[in-house]
Amino acid sequence: MEKTGAKQQPSDKKESAFGTHLFLLIVLIIYLLVFLFDPSRTFAALQFSSEMLIKLLPVLALVSGFMFLNNLFVKPSWVRNHVGHDSGWRGMLIAVVGGTVSMGPIYVWYGMLQEFQQKGMRISLIASFLYARSVKLQLLPLLIYYFGWLYAVVLVFYLIIFSVFNGLLTERLSIKS
Amino acid sequence: MDSKKKLRESRGLSTNLRKTGKMLHRVFPNILAVVLLSGLIMEFVPMNRLSEFLGGGFFTDGLIGAGIGSISIGNPLVSYVLGGEMLDQGVSLMAVTALLVSWVTVGSIQLPAEIQTFGARFALLRNGISFVFALIIAFLVLLTMQFLSGGF
Repeated sequence: MEKTGAKQQPSDKKESAFGTHLFLLIVLIIYLLVFLFDPSRTFAALQFSSEMLIKLLPVLALVSGFMFLNNLFVKPSWVRNHVGHDSGWRGMLIAVVGGTVSMGPIYVWYGMLQEFQQKGMRISLIASFLYARSVKLQLLPLLIYYFGWLYAVVLVFYLIIFSVFNGLLTERLSIKS
Repeated sequence: MDSKKKLRESRGLSTNLRKTGKMLHRVFPNILAVVLLSGLIMEFVPMNRLSEFLGGGFFTDGLIGAGIGSISIGNPLVSYVLGGEMLDQGVSLMAVTALLVSWVTVGSIQLPAEIQTFGARFALLRNGISFVFALIIAFLVLLTMQFLSGGF
């Protein structure tokens, strides 16, 4: 597997308070505008969001726990050795398996991956982790129920293979551009 | 000696707690924004009418399926139900697979959060590649299914 230098990390700039809240601010403005045209459906959207947020809390708590343990026990040297630039196929295996077994929405994991990135995680492995999250082990019985076991096996097989390709290609194109 | 060690450990623990708290404080606004935006999309985009956009041609349907999946949010279970209904309505397996794959690999709604976290170049490239891969996987799944079972 190709080895790359530390300079190919994604953006690790320090964000300002405004920067971290910009997306939220834009969404709140959209809400305000939508509210002016259709208040009842805006409230319905808010209700849906609040229910979604409540469902997210256990996963958020789990990820916060992981982040705390990461800060406490995972040293940059460990990250560099296991998922760093010289981690090779073992690092890829860790990223793909990690992505496959991780649960909850993708954006909940951004914070932890950012911490790993700052400790030296290779960007191809971040991309592979994120792509491998498309394999939903907990929903596999439902996928089989709706589409049959053969389709489920074929689809999961390709998703795992392409999570590796996605990581490698994202890193390669990031370097080129 | 022991008390000094304990003091160091408790300081390390509180430092890590603070660090985790800061990290959450930085990430939470993005999570909240994605959740709020998802609420709006779920309320204003009629998910059950998405199949009406399909029925053009083999690759066009694949492209539209991947497009719909890319802008859709919610539990992938919704995409399974939607995909199952689409198949029943005669929508091609290529389009349905492209929708299922892009639903879980391309994140248009959370793209701003991903850009803020990892940078625009990484986020745009990763999602762009994922979109193309959704089409390739859909095509490969179709070919493999035809090879293995003689049609779906």
